[in-house]
Amino acid sequence: MIRVSGLDIVFGKGTPLEKQALRGIDFSVPEHEFVSVIGSNGAGKSTLLSAIAGDVLPQAGRIEIGGVDVTRSPTAIRAGKVARVFQDPLAGSCGTLSIEENLALAAARGTKRMLGLAITRNRREMFRQRLTELGLGLEGRLDDQMGLLSGGQRQALALVMATLAGADVLLLDEHTAALDPAMAEFVLDLTQRVVQERKVTTLMVTHSMRQALDHGDRTVMLHEGRIILDVSGHERSNLSVEDLIQMFRDVRGQEIDDDSLLIE
Amino acid sequence: MSEIAFLGAVEIGLVYAFVAIGVFLAFRVLDFPDLTVDGSFPLGAAVAAVMITSGIDPWTGCLAAILAGAVAGLVTAFLNQRFGILHLLASILTMIALFSINLRIMGRPNVALINQQTVLTPFYGLGIPDYYVRPLVIFVLVIIVAFLVARFLASDFGLAMRATGVNAKMARAQGVRTGVHIYVGMALANGLVGLAGALFAQTNGFADVTTGIGTIVVGLAAVIVGETLFRPRTIVLALIGCVVGSVIYRVAIQFALGADAIGLKASDLNLVTAVLVAVALILPRLRGRKATT
Repeated sequence: MIRVSGLDIVFGKGTPLEKQALRGIDFSVPEHEFVSVIGSNGAGKSTLLSAIAGDVLPQAGRIEIGGVDVTRSPTAIRAGKVARVFQDPLAGSCGTLSIEENLALAAARGTKRMLGLAITRNRREMFRQRLTELGLGLEGRLDDQMGLLSGGQRQALALVMATLAGADVLLLDEHTAALDPAMAEFVLDLTQRVVQERKVTTLMVTHSMRQALDHGDRTVMLHEGRIILDVSGHERSNLSVEDLIQMFRDVRGQEIDDDSLLIE
Repeated sequence: MSEIAFLGAVEIGLVYAFVAIGVFLAFRVLDFPDLTVDGSFPLGAAVAAVMITSGIDPWTGCLAAILAGAVAGLVTAFLNQRFGILHLLASILTMIALFSINLRIMGRPNVALINQQTVLTPFYGLGIPDYYVRPLVIFVLVIIVAFLVARFLASDFGLAMRATGVNAKMARAQGVRTGVHIYVGMALANGLVGLAGALFAQTNGFADVTTGIGTIVVGLAAVIVGETLFRPRTIVLALIGCVVGSVIYRVAIQFALGADAIGLKASDLNLVTAVLVAVALILPRLRGRKATT
């Protein structure tokens, strides 16, 4: 479903602040696989996601989604296939628009937006049903402004929005990092449910090794723009967080100085 | 204030309601501070006046004024989107250029429309006094345009335009080609301002290159007055606010200038406008500060 080859991304090329975020990444994800991506700060996790989404264009390499070369196509064009949930709950929706307007925006993803009414009876019925399944009591608040919701509620809605129009690929960029533990748990469970129900190919970036091992079918670790670990199946299910840290040390031959990797 | 002076103020307010709706689209919907309107208002007036004096149907003149305004908006959007020039600066460049272009179009600084066929001419013969006819006709046009704009903003395309202004990154992630929406929105906004210019020329009987000065502030004043009165949560209310705000603003100005006790002259209009807008911008902030302390 996703095939990334020889991907190089450099920020601020030719300036004193030049930073190579990704170095020759080769990586592919088969259909319906759920991959968790971990790595320390600046490892290139978010850059990888942004590159697949189209927000960052690579200096070298190729990105294919569903067999189509999308390396140069802009975000809006890829959005028909790729849905995304951001880390910042405020980034994934429009605070001054109502809940149903946000949902209508998402429902039209991948279609040509014309002059037909955005909020029709059919759509509203579908929104109500999807929000009822969510179990947060939002189905009665379709008219409320998005900005009135809590971060967790907005993130849960962002997940609903991501799957409303049907997408082949779901990109989750540390989407629970800004939430309190209870809400983070809820959103993670919801993620698991949505990914299974919708059978969508998923990349989930996370800071937490625990999360990375508990969710999904495969775990990839990035460090300084390279993939240094790629485990799945049996090998992965026998892994503990301590093993991961040990493997990280072995591969890099250095101590981990970034505490955030150890946070569970 | 006499009845005629009052109706005159209402009429001007209704003409500037088109400007207010245009400014609302650019500033509020697209979050694009656009000063092009200072140029597209006299542009619309110039195009309509020149066409009407050369014997072309006034409605065709209005349509041409809308198109001319739309092109001006597109130029600003192009400078901003294609070359990354700051929106404010891009719009100032277009505005300055339009001053020369408007002089070219008219061939002189102003064109008189006395005794010419205008869109209002057919309604003058109905036995109603002229000073009632003008505001009535303009009012009907404003209602039609406001309705069309509201319907447009409720469509999939219009909703995507609103999202572009609120959260462009999110809009792109939802497959919205934000560039397209900025072009269309800017064309629409300045098209409406062009129409306002065309109607201004026809109700006042002249087009003049200098009528554009301060258009943006007047439009913004109308939007802010409307927002202060209605605190709108829906697009329809916001658009009604633009129209009502524009009329109230004009009547208030008329009242202030007409009251001898204050000692203001007609030439103080721009100063009064600027002070009013500044006060309207400062008041909510002061209120907010009081609430937090």
